[in-house]
Parts: sequence; C-alpha cells; structure tokens
Amino acid sequence: MPANRFNAHTDYGVGIGLRIPHYDHILSKKPTVDWFEIISENYLVDGGRPLAVLDRILEQYRVVQHGVSLYFGSADKPDRAQLRRLKNLVKRTRTPWLSDHLCWGSIDGSYSHDLLPMPYTFSAAKRTAEKIRHVSDFLEIPICVENVSSYTEFHVSEMTEWEFLSEVVERADCGILLDVNNIYVSSRNHGFNPYDYVDNVPHHRVGQMHIAGHTKFEKYILDTHDHAPIDPVWKLYAHATKLCGVTATLLEWDDKIPSFDEVHAEALKSTEYIDDARAAQKRRTQRDFVGGVSSPRRAS
Amino acid sequence: MARAKKTKPGRIGRKVFAPAQVKSTRELADFQRAMWTLISRPLTPANHMPRRWKDGRPTAALAAQIAKPNDRLTSFERLEIYSRMYWFRVLDSLYDDCPGLRAVLGVPRFTKLAEAYLVKYPSRSFSLRNLPSRLARFIREEPRWTAPHAALCHDLALFEWARVEVFDSAALPVFTLDDLLGADPAKLKLMLQPYLQLLDLRYPVDDFILAVKQREELSRGEASNTSLASAPAKKTPKKIRPPARGRTCVAVHRLEGRIYFKRLEPAAFQVLSALRSGKTLAQALAAGIPRARRPREDWAAKVQAWFRVWMELGWFCQR
Repeated sequence: MPANRFNAHTDYGVGIGLRIPHYDHILSKKPTVDWFEIISENYLVDGGRPLAVLDRILEQYRVVQHGVSLYFGSADKPDRAQLRRLKNLVKRTRTPWLSDHLCWGSIDGSYSHDLLPMPYTFSAAKRTAEKIRHVSDFLEIPICVENVSSYTEFHVSEMTEWEFLSEVVERADCGILLDVNNIYVSSRNHGFNPYDYVDNVPHHRVGQMHIAGHTKFEKYILDTHDHAPIDPVWKLYAHATKLCGVTATLLEWDDKIPSFDEVHAEALKSTEYIDDARAAQKRRTQRDFVGGVSSPRRAS
Repeated sequence: MARAKKTKPGRIGRKVFAPAQVKSTRELADFQRAMWTLISRPLTPANHMPRRWKDGRPTAALAAQIAKPNDRLTSFERLEIYSRMYWFRVLDSLYDDCPGLRAVLGVPRFTKLAEAYLVKYPSRSFSLRNLPSRLARFIREEPRWTAPHAALCHDLALFEWARVEVFDSAALPVFTLDDLLGADPAKLKLMLQPYLQLLDLRYPVDDFILAVKQREELSRGEASNTSLASAPAKKTPKKIRPPARGRTCVAVHRLEGRIYFKRLEPAAFQVLSALRSGKTLAQALAAGIPRARRPREDWAAKVQAWFRVWMELGWFCQR
C-alpha cells in the first residue's frame, strides 16, 4: 500500500526534518529531497524569519506537518486558538496529512511541553479518539498519530500499548505514524518484544514511519534523536516495511545535528528496505493477478 | 456534623494521590493532574525529585500510586525521568531567552528565579516561545529572587520578552507617502507595525544586552574547536558590570528578519506610544512635544527627521 487515505494517497518517499542549522544549505544549494517534515509549532506565528524561510522552502519542496502539542490524550479540551493557527498553516503548506503524538502533555491549562505516556484504558482511548476526530474535522485533513517512547508504565492500564494504539485509531478512523525507534526504545524500557508490537498494529492504517537514534543509559534508553539509528532499529524498520508496504519515511535528527548531507545520506539508507518492499509488493500483485483473486493479507 | 472534604487527586495532604482506575474523562484528568503535580515540583540541587512531599510523606509512596516499578527502576525513578525532562526543557528554554538576566544574576540565581517563576506561572501556551511572557510581572511581584537588582531585572525581562515578540510578530503592508497625501493631521491615525515594541525603561539594558551577546559570541569562539588553531588569540571575556540607572526609551524592531534596538528621545517615544494607543497624528504630537520649551521651528525639524526615519524603517502600516 504505497498510498492510503491516511496519507492522502501520496507516495512521498524519504524525507528529513527541516532544521535551522540546515536552512542556509538548503536555500543556497537546493539539494534534491523527496520532502521535508516541519514541526508545526515552529511556524504557528504571525511573521518574521520562520515564515519567510518556510515560504521559500515551499516554493521548491513538499512539506508535511508534524506536531508536538495537540496532546490528543489530554483530558483538557482542544485549544481553539491553536487549532485556528494550525489550520492557517495547513493552508499555507498544503500538507497532505498531519501528524502528532498519541500522548498527553497539558492539564488544567498548564503545559508540560513533553510527550507524556497515556494510561492504556478503554475510557482514555475513547476520549482520545474523540479529540482526534474533532481535530481532523476542524482541520479537514487526514491525521496520523505517532506512538511515543515511554519510560514508565501505569497501574491503571488495561491493555498493551499496541492494543491501545489500535483501539484509538480504529475508534478515530485515523492513520498511524509508526515510529519504529520509539517502539524499540519502549520495548527495552518495558521488556516487551518490539516485533509483537509491529505485528499487531493495523498495517493498513500506517501512513508514515519515523526512524531515529537514541541513547542507552545504565538502566533505561532515552529517545534523544542525537545520532543515527542503530542496526536493530533498521531491522525493525525493515520488518515494518514488509508488513505495511512502501511508506513515507522520515529520519528524525534533532540534537547534535551533523551536516545536511550526512543526515540525508543516513535517511536514504531506508530506500534499500523500501525498494525491497516495493519489489515484494509487485510480486504479490503479479501473483494475485495470475491467480485471479486478491486475498486479504494476514497481519503477520 | 462536619462534612468530609471532597478529595481531589494530585492535591497534597490527602491520602489518595492518584485514582486507582481511569474509567472516565474525570478520572483521566485526575490521573494526569496527579502525575503533573508530581513531575512539575522543582528538582533538588542534585537534579532529583525531592524525597519528601510537601506534607512530609515519602514522594516514593505517591509515585507508587501512579507508576509500576520494573526490574531496574522504582516507580519514583521512572517518574523522575519525566520530571527531569520537564525541568531541563523549560529551564533550557528560559536560559536561551534571557541572556541579560543570566548575566546579572549568574546561572545559579537565575535558575532559582526561573524555577520559582514556573512554579507560580507554569506555561499556559502550547508553544515554548511564550514561556517568558509573564517573567517581568513575576519579578515585580516577588523582587526577593532578584534583589538587589529587581528594577534592572524587571527591565531586562521586559526587554528580552520584547525581543521574542519582535522576532516573529506580523509585518503588515507599510504606510507610504502616497497614503499621506491629502490627509488631515487632526483626523489621521497612523498604525504601528505589530512587530515594533516600545519600551520606557529605568536602565539602559539595550547596551547591556549587546555587551552580553558580544561576550557570549566570544565565549563560543573560544569554546569551539573549529578553525581556531591559527586564529589570533582573543581576550578572555570579562564579566559585564550591571548598568547604572538611567531612563532609556527604546524601540525594539525588525529589519529584513533581524532584530534591532533603536534609542528614542522621550518625546519621540511619547509620540509613538500615543499613535499606538490610537490617537490621531495631531493628538500624538501634542502628547509628545512639550509646550513652549524651545522655539517651534526646532521641533518641526526634529519631528520631520523622526518621521522620515520611521517611514524608512517601515514602522507605520496600513490598517
């Protein structure tokens, strides 16, 4: 499924995050890049250099918006002023889909500016799905929700994280931004098999994937995005790509950012797995055509 | 008979800190309030969550109501990761936005000020950009955190917030000379660009900030390994003395994406402030120019010069 309704039936390929240290390189050298992911919040302003740079980028590149503050899982109601700003930005960027995290981060109007993990309960899933539908209806754009890295588990949880993710996206009828690095990080912190996670999410809803680097400490792993993905993350990505099909993929690199060329070269490693998935998809299509039937594929 | 108080999870002094289940939106809010209360309490000097809660109970017992332990970390330690991430993120953000305050107070006192500020005024915006928006107010309300430099720090907080506002506020189409043709000064209202900030300060913090920024640039140069081997030796950055008191009217503005500061005569400041408040041009001039202090022709030339510069800088915009 190279394109689905959760990424507006696009086939975007491999992107990288638009980051300030790379502005000059991108604007002067105009490198070939499939697409850039922007952090929406950096551009929810009224003017100045952020929007001036964005407009120049938009003249030459495709841009997808990724957010960090919608907090679908917060019990608080959505911030209408924020949504109005976001809608203006959506019109400006013409992003085919918009992503944000399956988490909470504000309560009683106070903001943590962090991606805090959800209690995995049916009630929380219902509330979260309602907010996703509300935001999607307001913005009039498909939404993909991203699984976050987490460092704690809660007594109140009633299911696994991947069951919670599935429950939310089915109720909201939205897409998934599958972050395989986050799955890996959480699996190490909580002691589950990351392949169980990848195998058991609804693959037809995956509209985008993230890959990234993390940092290992003595007792836990932190999602730091400060270096390249490690091999086990690439392997998990390859597995996810086999299951989900060719999917728009983005490398996140947010700290100790190296040169543009280094980040882009690292991101392009994913093309190897995407090409494999594309070939497998082609073989499946040919086989189905020869057989004259199109049987539904199993999740794993 | 006295009625039992209704318990609200997350509030101290009650036995129940966090709900035992999340089966409704109210319980979800209670759960999130409890966790937020725990992780947003300031860290100890060694960057740990405090071992005791405000009522004397072990914080670990409260954390255990929320988080599961695992084979490597206790409930307390797992939540402490989030507490650290929260405090490091918001303190880093204020650190970057407030170089002048840091220079006056030093990093340890600045950090204490920032923690106290965020406890009283936690972020109310989805964007970290707005984090320093109430810092000047806090310094005025609680001068003990900045004594004996409270007035200077208040001005610095105003100035540093103005820089944030100027950086990304809207720029509207500029008002041109053609727009002035045939206009009656008694009725003409000139609108100022949203990105223009006017400050009437008690200290010359504009010069101070420039000195601080130059010092930081110098420090960065010396800390960098890049291509400095053959560079001429630079002087060690010196600590900058806080400025002496002196009324300073300044415009913080933007030109081609960069932030600039421009000193204003008090009379010019009054004229611009009056225009910003919606006065007509004639009313603004009357508000700014003192009567009969100087020959009228001196003021005419001066005012013409002000307006020529302001027009060139694009400070006036169309409604």
